Amino acid sequence: MSSKYVYVTYIRTSPQKLWDALTRPEFLKKYWFNMTQESDWTPGSSWKMLFEDGRVADAGEILESDPPRRLVIKWRNEFRPELTAEGYSRCVYDLTPDGDVMRLTITHTIDVDNAKLIEAVSGGWPRILSSLKTFLEGGTPLPRTHQS
Amino acid sequence: MSMDRVFKALADPTRRRLLDRLHARNGQTLGELCGQTDMTRQAVAKHLAILEEANLIAIAWEGREKHHFLNPVPINDIAERWIGKYERPRLKALSDLKKSLEREE
Repeated sequence: MSSKYVYVTYIRTSPQKLWDALTRPEFLKKYWFNMTQESDWTPGSSWKMLFEDGRVADAGEILESDPPRRLVIKWRNEFRPELTAEGYSRCVYDLTPDGDVMRLTITHTIDVDNAKLIEAVSGGWPRILSSLKTFLEGGTPLPRTHQS
Repeated sequence: MSMDRVFKALADPTRRRLLDRLHARNGQTLGELCGQTDMTRQAVAKHLAILEEANLIAIAWEGREKHHFLNPVPINDIAERWIGKYERPRLKALSDLKKSLEREE
């Protein structure tokens, strides 16, 4: 048994720009809730999401990396014990050209029924994706997801 | 993805009910969604296609089974367009107040 969420957004951009926005720290911090991510984005390398003060929020490793098409990260929460206890989740990013836009699909799963982790991140994903879309399409990122 | 399609898809009560059912339990198949209604399978499939075109439903295949997931991203895009920087916490408080008062009746 497992818990799963699927999020899809369409963004007017190129495959490479979308990939860069998802993997380069200078872009990530523009739209991802003042958080930073550290990794060299190759299979087997470690991956970390950090708060502004440097504390680790989530950590894991890169399972697959096929730029600019597919990225799979295995990670678990590291700052709320009840979420850490649920173990590792799997987050798949699929980047697919669709006409003159890019379709980004995020599939987030964990092998726990009614997982608290999936519930906890379900409020965040739609806001991150809206902000990413605004960032890439040339507008101003949403106020509260942007590092000032 | 045009906002018009999202509003048109949401304008129909049957389609809003389908989204409610996915909100209650995400990832249902067409068969499961048909099970709780007296609509024909074709009618439900047609409504799901309109929701999918509006990007309000995302599809994930598991083997030969097609699972439907509520995709709230377009609804969030609409909210972000009109909800101001500092309004979210106040709106959340009002919404919580409404819910708790209406439960008491």
